Amino acid sequence: MKILRNILNYLSRRSTWALPYAIFLGIFVALPMILIVIFAFTNNQGEFSLINFEKFITQPEAVNTFVYSIGIALVTTFLCILLGYPAAYILSNKNLNRSQTTAMLFILPMWINILVRTLATVALFDFIHIPLGEGALIFGMVYNFLPFMIYPIYNTLQKMDHSLIEAAEDLGAKPSTVFWKVTVPLSMPGVMSGIMMVFMPTISTFAIAELLTMNNIKLFGTTIQENINNGMWNYGAALSLIMLVIIGISSLFSDSDEQSQNEGGII
Amino acid sequence: MKKFFAQTYLWLLLALLYAPILIIGVFSFTEAKVLGNWTGFSTKLYTSLFAGGVRHSLIDAIENTLTIALIAAAVSTILGSIAAIGIHNMRGRRRQAIFFLNNVPMLNPDIITGISLFLLFISLGISQGYMTVVLAHIAFCTPYVVLSVMPRLQQMNPNIYEAALDLGATPFQALRKVIIPEIRPGMISGFILAFTLSIDDFAVTIFTIGNEGLETLSTFIYADARKGGLTPELRPLSTIIFVTVLILLIIINVRSRRAARKQENI
Repeated sequence: MKILRNILNYLSRRSTWALPYAIFLGIFVALPMILIVIFAFTNNQGEFSLINFEKFITQPEAVNTFVYSIGIALVTTFLCILLGYPAAYILSNKNLNRSQTTAMLFILPMWINILVRTLATVALFDFIHIPLGEGALIFGMVYNFLPFMIYPIYNTLQKMDHSLIEAAEDLGAKPSTVFWKVTVPLSMPGVMSGIMMVFMPTISTFAIAELLTMNNIKLFGTTIQENINNGMWNYGAALSLIMLVIIGISSLFSDSDEQSQNEGGII
Repeated sequence: MKKFFAQTYLWLLLALLYAPILIIGVFSFTEAKVLGNWTGFSTKLYTSLFAGGVRHSLIDAIENTLTIALIAAAVSTILGSIAAIGIHNMRGRRRQAIFFLNNVPMLNPDIITGISLFLLFISLGISQGYMTVVLAHIAFCTPYVVLSVMPRLQQMNPNIYEAALDLGATPFQALRKVIIPEIRPGMISGFILAFTLSIDDFAVTIFTIGNEGLETLSTFIYADARKGGLTPELRPLSTIIFVTVLILLIIINVRSRRAARKQENI
């Protein structure tokens, strides 16, 4: 009887309610990540080995794709900042734009299936006779990821303390000085999470590059997927691990704005 | 003048962003197999998508996408909300550990989540299909539910729950009558978020769907595109999806703005 009461007591403590989810996280988040590491460091006989990483370093094709993907991702991210920052600035500036609907229109494409969007881009290029290739790839990536750059920058600009700008103006700063010395530094967290939201998916996407280049250009994500599909699980896991390390390194540079990002939500 | 330039820039950018979708929309009203050929106005693609003797394989894909999204969103809303209540009452290391694991699927690129789950299923010898896709979707949707419910719990007055217990409610009655009404808005937005994430997903699905012929919308488009030609019926379908999402978002936005105004008035 006493045991039963103890169990009941334990169950009714609210901190216990996280238990099912904790178990779930263990099986479907922690274990799979550990499996990536295990597969990466074993050969297909299941013995410990570094052969997968050796293969990566010695195979010029994989390394080339890797470097090329980082290049494409950098260009895409740069273009997204170049196009997105002014847009976010205008959207958040009450003197230049009052309508919230315009802001919503920029965020809306984020909610459409990425393949449908890519499909539409391919259709557009076909329609105006732009050949599919590297140019199309970069344009398509910018199309796809621009909203992900605009949204976080817009968010930080909106939350920014405007009295700081007024103070700078009162102290005699020129509008351009105010912009470069006050607005830009204060919006950096937004730019950083924008970079994370554009750079990472650009490296890791597959399918999108294939659609935009008629299978002519491969990005790193595609290489990983092909290896997994062809049964090269260990090598695929090793490549995934390499990608994870890159992401880990790049996320060190960005501020941990993630929390407010996610809690803010879009809807 | 400055405002004029600013507005022009915004609308130019919007025109660029929406041009592809617009083209698809326009060319969904013509019969031509190849996009870009205009062979006169026709709604044949729409009718062949829905009616016709043969059930279009796209409809199956849509049905799978929607049922998977509904199940995944419902389960992750329940699992995530209960977990959020638990985490809210946890302290110290265990809380940090759970938060850390909760963040992993959100920070991971989809492809890594997909591959890691693929490795899990093959290691456990689970054959892949509908169930594994649903489980995978629950795995990456639940963290978002937890994060949308948590702020509601933090805003809640902790004494109400204690008061309910003091007044003789069992913990489960208190949960139903006190906590759930307080966190309901967070649960609803968590559900919507989970639902859209699940519908949108491609990378996780493709790694967990197996090769039994099961298709969701994303994998259908992918397979179709790899074959070279794109099924013309995808045009009306994308148009319908886009318009539906547009209307839903407008409704949600108008509602939340109205709610915000109401709160200001109080």
